[in-house]
Amino acid sequence: MNTKRVTEKEFAAWVEALIPSHTMFAPQAKEDRFAFDRLTGSADLRLDYDVSILPPKKYFLPQKEVLIKFDRKGNFESVIAHEPFVLFGVHPYDFVAMDQLNTIFEQDNYDVHYMARKEAATVVVSDVQNASADVFAGCMGYATVEERQGYDVLLTRLDDGSYVVDTRSEKGEALTAMLSNAEDADEATLLRREQVWQRNREQLQKHKLEMMPEQIPALLEKSYDHPLWAEKAELCHSCGSCNLVCPTCYCFTVEDEMNWDMETGQRYRQWDGCMLTGFATVTGNHNFRDKKAARYRHRYYRKGKYVWDMIGEIACVGCGRCISACTTNIANPVEVFNQLSEEQQ
Amino acid sequence: MMSATALSQMRDIYLPQKATVTEIYSMTETEKFFRFHLEEGEAFDYMPGQFMEVSVPGFGEAPISISSSPTRVDKTTFEMVIRKAGNVTTALHALVPGEPVGLRGPYGTHFPVEDAMKGKDVVFVCGGIGLVPVRSAIHYVLDNRDHYGEVTILSGTRSPEDRLFTEELYEWKTRSDITFLETVDKADARWGGTVGVITTLLKRIQINPAQTVVVICGPPIMYKFVLLELRKLNIDNSQIYVSLERHMRCAVGKCGHCQINGLYACQKGAVFNYADIVDVKEAI
Repeated sequence: MNTKRVTEKEFAAWVEALIPSHTMFAPQAKEDRFAFDRLTGSADLRLDYDVSILPPKKYFLPQKEVLIKFDRKGNFESVIAHEPFVLFGVHPYDFVAMDQLNTIFEQDNYDVHYMARKEAATVVVSDVQNASADVFAGCMGYATVEERQGYDVLLTRLDDGSYVVDTRSEKGEALTAMLSNAEDADEATLLRREQVWQRNREQLQKHKLEMMPEQIPALLEKSYDHPLWAEKAELCHSCGSCNLVCPTCYCFTVEDEMNWDMETGQRYRQWDGCMLTGFATVTGNHNFRDKKAARYRHRYYRKGKYVWDMIGEIACVGCGRCISACTTNIANPVEVFNQLSEEQQ
Repeated sequence: MMSATALSQMRDIYLPQKATVTEIYSMTETEKFFRFHLEEGEAFDYMPGQFMEVSVPGFGEAPISISSSPTRVDKTTFEMVIRKAGNVTTALHALVPGEPVGLRGPYGTHFPVEDAMKGKDVVFVCGGIGLVPVRSAIHYVLDNRDHYGEVTILSGTRSPEDRLFTEELYEWKTRSDITFLETVDKADARWGGTVGVITTLLKRIQINPAQTVVVICGPPIMYKFVLLELRKLNIDNSQIYVSLERHMRCAVGKCGHCQINGLYACQKGAVFNYADIVDVKEAI
């Protein structure tokens, strides 16, 4: 593994050279915002993006994904994706979210559909260059991923436009092989990178969490009957926007559809959301979470406690997408946790 | 990193096995009895209280409790009673013998017929189609009758027309080695038995609390009233097992639909020891 310093020009040439031989997905402008999409020219790459509309988890857990093909005679066959691809320019907080989902889909019943995509991916993380309006990854400890494993390359842009390209795995080596002639990052370069990280840890705090994230599970433990849930949920439209933009939400539904021949069809899974009215409804129309407040609370408990109990991490990475997406301004996790904490004292 | 070949050899947790409907008949206006037979592939080892995902190709999958006992049918045969209520169950009701379905499972925890219940007096409390999964445990217990103490079955339905497995109910009623009591919420002209909710029956039985294990399965509303009655009878929470219905969409602890607070009901349930969930707020 190696860490190179690559000039702006060399960097663009490298990306341009990768495009013809790789299926690459990367952040690009979409009207006045940014989205991950298939990259066809290095000029479209926008590593200066603040936040993507949807998190890049959509390449591991697509919005809609065929799991099984079947026919009406009762033959079922798995459909498993294997095509290699490069997921280029993932922000650290989004990588943390994907890393959490990797654990969840791998442990306790190995999900071969998810894992096939995960294994087919080469993940290139890019440190944040411009903070989004609502990001608070710095408060969650997820502004940087220098100590985390599981990605293949880490890119950090320095002030002069050059990039530190830190190769972390064999897959990463294959991708950065072309840069082998670039100069190795010296100590001064690594120090400048450390400064970028320090800046991001401090600046990706547009909302200030007034506690250590590790304190959230215990806080929630005491807050089940807090009036905040009903107060906030009063304004909730149960639209599920917070679910759909969340990088750590992974609930899904499974449905069948027939082809035009009416003989064959496919079973697909599709993103679902616990904030939607009928999420916990069983046949016969009994809804086990029929109150908005119960659904609203459930979402925060998923983020701050239930997933913590499963994998030992807070499942809110501080991307701020829910804050921006919520039309009634009730979805700010920092506000929720701070308010619960204040009123506990 | 795992190679594509190694990955393709991993079992797909969502893949059903082909099965055939071998028997189907109406039990009530809304419930039909089904017997499914696995065509090929591996047989499923199951225990009373577990459920399967049943597929009708083109309509989808639904979680259905197994009603047969492994003591009575081989592991390639499954009996189920299915209420016509949603998309998939309506499609199931339209099937005729010989038609294919998909089966995936078995999933979830089971009634403790081989551990906590052994050597103990057993009380089954069933409301409505709650009898369906409990029937599996009842068969299991009756087929190993010597392994258990007193056996009491309490069953309640809305009306006489909603009674399931009426021939078996008659058999249980006439057997001398079990106590069988039933009630209906609303009687008709021919009904000569008890009228009232299921808790009426609990007031009539004599139990030795230290020696008794209780199994409860019924509609969501039933549990708290039955549990209240059991408290009066001084039965410890750890001797009570409840089977809780939730929307088990994937049945493998991923999709999130069945969560009871932090618990995936498809993994930690559907059969729970009541002591384990007494503080879980969304449970009962």
